[in-house]
Amino acid sequence: MSVIEARGLVKSYGDLNAVDGIDFEVAAGESFGLLGPNGAGKSTTMRMIGGTSLRTAGTLTVLGMDPEVQGPDVRANLGVIPQQDNLDTELRCRENLITYGRYFGLPRAYLQQRADDLLAFAQLTEKANEKVDNLSGGMKRRLTIARGLINEPRILLLDEPTTGLDPQARHILWDRLFRLKEEGVTLVVTTHFMDEAEQLCDRLVVMDHGRIVAEGSPAQLIREHSTREVLEVRFGSDRNAAVVEQLADLAERIEVLPDRVLLYSADGEAALEHVRGRGLNPVTSLVRRSSLEDVFLRLTGRSLID
Amino acid sequence: MTAMAGLYAGNVRAVLERGFKVIGNQNWTILVSGFFEPVFYLLAMGYGLGGMVGQVSGPNGTPMSYLSFIAPALLATSAMNGAIYDSTWNVFFKMKFARIYEAMLSTSLGPLDVAAGEIGMALFRGLLYACGFLVVMAGLGIATSWWALAMVPVALLIALGFAAVGMAVTSWFSTFQQMELINIVLLPMFMFSSTLFPIDVYPQAVQWFIQALPLWHGVELMRQLSIGAFGPMTAVHLAYFGVMSVAGVIFCALRLRALFLR
Amino acid sequence: MTDRAATPITLGTDSNRLAYTGRALAPSVQASITRRWGWWLYAEYRLINMRAYLQTILIRAIGLPLLYLSSMGLGLGNLVDAGAGGVDGVSYLVFVGPGLLVSSIVMEATGEFTFPVMSGFKWQKHYFAAAASPLTPAQIALGEVAAVGLRFIAETVIFWLALLLFGAVVSPASWLVVLIAPLAALAFGAPLLAFAATQTDEGTQFSFIQRFIVMPMFLFAGTFFPLTAMPWYLQWVGWVSPMWHGTQLARVVCYGMANPWWLTVVHMAVLVGCTAGGVWAAIRVFTRRLRR
Repeated sequence: MSVIEARGLVKSYGDLNAVDGIDFEVAAGESFGLLGPNGAGKSTTMRMIGGTSLRTAGTLTVLGMDPEVQGPDVRANLGVIPQQDNLDTELRCRENLITYGRYFGLPRAYLQQRADDLLAFAQLTEKANEKVDNLSGGMKRRLTIARGLINEPRILLLDEPTTGLDPQARHILWDRLFRLKEEGVTLVVTTHFMDEAEQLCDRLVVMDHGRIVAEGSPAQLIREHSTREVLEVRFGSDRNAAVVEQLADLAERIEVLPDRVLLYSADGEAALEHVRGRGLNPVTSLVRRSSLEDVFLRLTGRSLID
Repeated sequence: MTAMAGLYAGNVRAVLERGFKVIGNQNWTILVSGFFEPVFYLLAMGYGLGGMVGQVSGPNGTPMSYLSFIAPALLATSAMNGAIYDSTWNVFFKMKFARIYEAMLSTSLGPLDVAAGEIGMALFRGLLYACGFLVVMAGLGIATSWWALAMVPVALLIALGFAAVGMAVTSWFSTFQQMELINIVLLPMFMFSSTLFPIDVYPQAVQWFIQALPLWHGVELMRQLSIGAFGPMTAVHLAYFGVMSVAGVIFCALRLRALFLR
Repeated sequence: MTDRAATPITLGTDSNRLAYTGRALAPSVQASITRRWGWWLYAEYRLINMRAYLQTILIRAIGLPLLYLSSMGLGLGNLVDAGAGGVDGVSYLVFVGPGLLVSSIVMEATGEFTFPVMSGFKWQKHYFAAAASPLTPAQIALGEVAAVGLRFIAETVIFWLALLLFGAVVSPASWLVVLIAPLAALAFGAPLLAFAATQTDEGTQFSFIQRFIVMPMFLFAGTFFPLTAMPWYLQWVGWVSPMWHGTQLARVVCYGMANPWWLTVVHMAVLVGCTAGGVWAAIRVFTRRLRR
């Protein structure tokens, strides 16, 4: 059973189609990703799901309801984690959770208990009476997520959950989200990080310029649009392009980036042997598994983060 | 002077240049708009209320119109308000939110350059407003003595005293709520320092208290200058601001580390 | 409960406890409560939020009346009473008291409905946080007005008590200022809220409003002297200022100022009209901005 269903969804701002006719479904309990660079239309799609952005065309149902018509009912089922934390810096951590819960008409007695549970979940119990300004970036993010859970939502919308966090803070956050997933919460995640999508998403769509360019599980997408391994070699910025012709037959596909050359091959080590065998000694070399980054490069001809 | 070591790079000019550049980039109406508040006060109170008040007794018992009674007081007050705004709220905002000083202090500039530059900018604005106000006074025919010209440098002296003390005090503040305290002090000072009415309506003890406040000295001094009527108190008023400026600058210098290098 | 954070995630022993404890109200119930009470739920938040600067609010609410009445009322009053023998048949303190009350509450509106609104949309974005909950933009705008209006009422009560303390009221109907002053403040504040909500850049617009609308209104719109003390070509300043209409009503109830009945109706109509128009505009702007 799908909890979110979009058909021909369009959002225009003037001449610009931020979202340009997309279709997707999200199943109950699924962890669904919207992957794409900045400006691909991910956040706009998220806001349309919450009914806080009015669509230009198409149909959209959330739990069988139209968010534009039954906004309060839809949002009572949602937990929204915006791209930028919008915590109230004039209130303390616990107060943030409780005051936000009041927006849902939830009684205080419930909220007191719930706030404590969520602070524990977010590993912020000791910070309950701390001012928001005194929290680290990762802590603020976890508090925002805890706040999004205050109403026991069935669907959690996470817009770029770990952007701007350091690696350790990201892992703590993924750990918490993973747990929610285990508990059966439907997660909808936007991200421009490949590793995040691979960590969190059962299934994802790749968006570019407001359109969906591919869809599937991370493993499926890599299998369909890339090779098992990738060899990255650097010959120095002035030589990279010149060397490529001599490498053409060593890989299924070659991408030349400004600073390095990517060779897509089932066996990266073997390819590297061949490169060396031809007397082309790269300054640096790296063999790695294919990632969604490679999928994106293949699908759009562009690097994700630029 | 060891306390000053490493605080000064002798490059106040760079800070001033930035200040002028900002003014140049700004909409000129912003600069001009600051001039209107005291003028509005002057017109509303001087004419609207003046008709009901009639004559008031000025320095040395000289009878004067209510309009000419409040005009010098408003000039002193606006010198104070402008200087305080520039040295407290403005400094606080640039430090905490715009992080302008963070950038400045990561160059070879020292805190003293920054402080001197900011106070210099405050005085420049004060100079513009004082000149403008004096022109208005002349236009209304209430600057009756050549001594009135001396109101401009005296306005700068008042501004310097308040700016230095204001900046030093800001070094203790870290939140907006604390900054509000500044307004809580300034507004009563404006209301009671014989700006809009003589203080002899209050009991003697209250009068003494008011006479200990800087604005009262500024107001009285300006009023004497406006009609060229002096007395022994003139020297006291001048001395008060002389001491306040020197002490304020030293005080401010001593607090520079706490202010900028926190 | 509290040691749950330490539990390794893979165990999932208390699975479904966190996500659905079953203790929350059903979503449909949440939605129906917010449909009816959403405006109040937001107002409640704003009032709690004001606690953060409660001290400042209290110092102002108590300090300003004492300050204004002892300086403008007594000090300046002394001069005026000596010169003109009072105003409008009463002492200057009695004349200026209601004016100071209304104008200081109206000026509070400037503080509440400018920068905090920009913060809600741009800096802290708490309007967007609320809009992601079941609340509607209209309820958020209404809640904003309701919370600030309640604060105005509390501040007016304190000012009115100060008037009593100074012996500046002579009519038993004076308690009505508790409604008049907040209404005047919203008549100015609600349109300002709508304007502030349209602003996307932190420029100088708010300090211009302070310098060229609020300040002149305070000085020229009948607070310190009757409009008739100004030449006829300046008297329109009062007619277009909610502050003047509120002050006149306050004078009627505080010392029985003679006022033709139709003019009293005009004052009321202007205040109610500006408030209603402002709220209507604010709702529109909030909806446009939070549902784009």
